[in-house]
Amino acid sequence: MRVVFTANGRPVEADDVWEGESLLYVLRERVGLPGSKNACEQGECGSCTVYLDGVPVCACLVAAGQVQGREVRTVEGLAGPDGGLGPVQQAFLDAGAVQCGFCTPGLLVQTDALLAQRPRPSDADIREALSGNLCRCTGYEKIMDAVRLASARIAGAGGGE
Amino acid sequence: MEFLRPATWDEALVAMAEHPGALPVSGGTDVMVELNFDLRRPSAILDLNRVGELTEWSTDGSSVRLGAAVPYARIIDELSVPLPGLALAARTVGSPQIRNRGSVGGNLGAASPAGDAHPALLAAGRGVRVEAHSVRGVRLIPIDEFYLGVKRHCLAPDELIRAVRIPVADGPQQFSKVGTRNAMVIAVCAFALALHPADRTVGTGLGSAAPTPRRADLAEAYLADALAWESGDPPADGVVRRFGELVAAAADPIDDVRGTAAYRRHALAVLARRTLAWCWNDYREQLGRTA
Repeated sequence: MRVVFTANGRPVEADDVWEGESLLYVLRERVGLPGSKNACEQGECGSCTVYLDGVPVCACLVAAGQVQGREVRTVEGLAGPDGGLGPVQQAFLDAGAVQCGFCTPGLLVQTDALLAQRPRPSDADIREALSGNLCRCTGYEKIMDAVRLASARIAGAGGGE
Repeated sequence: MEFLRPATWDEALVAMAEHPGALPVSGGTDVMVELNFDLRRPSAILDLNRVGELTEWSTDGSSVRLGAAVPYARIIDELSVPLPGLALAARTVGSPQIRNRGSVGGNLGAASPAGDAHPALLAAGRGVRVEAHSVRGVRLIPIDEFYLGVKRHCLAPDELIRAVRIPVADGPQQFSKVGTRNAMVIAVCAFALALHPADRTVGTGLGSAAPTPRRADLAEAYLADALAWESGDPPADGVVRRFGELVAAAADPIDDVRGTAAYRRHALAVLARRTLAWCWNDYREQLGRTA
């Protein structure tokens, strides 16, 4: 079947999509957006987190046919209009929150969603928001640092906490 | 495989009548796992995301009609007051991403004994109804008749779950679950308790404790009788202990990778005592406020 949707603001279409295929497969293999990572394929790891109509979801658990006519935003869509890193991406880089990098795209999207809803999250808020994203390298401390840093830069641009 | 994309509820029912083997998918948090791992190859997939009314809920003050696809995240945000037990259970489902997609309709359709919504639905009362629609008509299925076996329910092949009707809480409700961490946990066992002061009854629900979610009938009757509804006096230690024993006795668990049957029985008694203490504290507060 053919699936037509919007990815990062641009219309995309995929042909010969198998009916049981996931959105993740379509993104990575058919429309050239390999940023979202395929690790567990069962919603356990969060590495494939993308926005679907503005709501963060696991792309591996969305059937490709379900995104017909809808809006998807992937980690590639977090970059600035000039292609430079977005504030969440820059914070992860600056805090050293990236090791092997496989979980990073999902963490970036989920962090972006957290800060959009709660610009100054508590540590408990951060842990809860990221509880569905597994990282096997960092031990999460640098990731916590990165989210705090992004929060301080975004919400506290005036120099708050 | 066919991918069916009904735009309306009526179209969905017609599609199910024409493709009785079709697998309905909404949030995909169970269905897509089965497809990704090649555990299931249905002849057709029926996408319910386009049917807007499935993500709506309404209430007449005495019960909530919860659309089958209202995601857990919205149950937590919007229904914690009328459906506190279900909202607490919803908090323990998967992760934020899963709670943005998963729904009670999906939990019912999967009918896993480990589904987090089931114990809360059972505890909410025998008046809970699953609203099943087909081109042949509408059935209101009592929750106690819905579950038939491991991942088996009483829906006909052409039926779809439209909504669940749940009485608005008339007293404290609790939900507690045992797992290895807070997030992304399939319950080792789970327990829901609801006090119904209006008719002085008690509701219970056990999860991951038997081939189907089930209630602890004897424990409900015993506790309803033993509680000091009038005075709010705390139940004696012996009553609390006996309630836990009766809950554990209602379970019929198995040994599996998540835990042993003996551990599950033990843990259910602990959860029963704990949730009773929480609920009774809340009840006493409510008594004090109205006195």
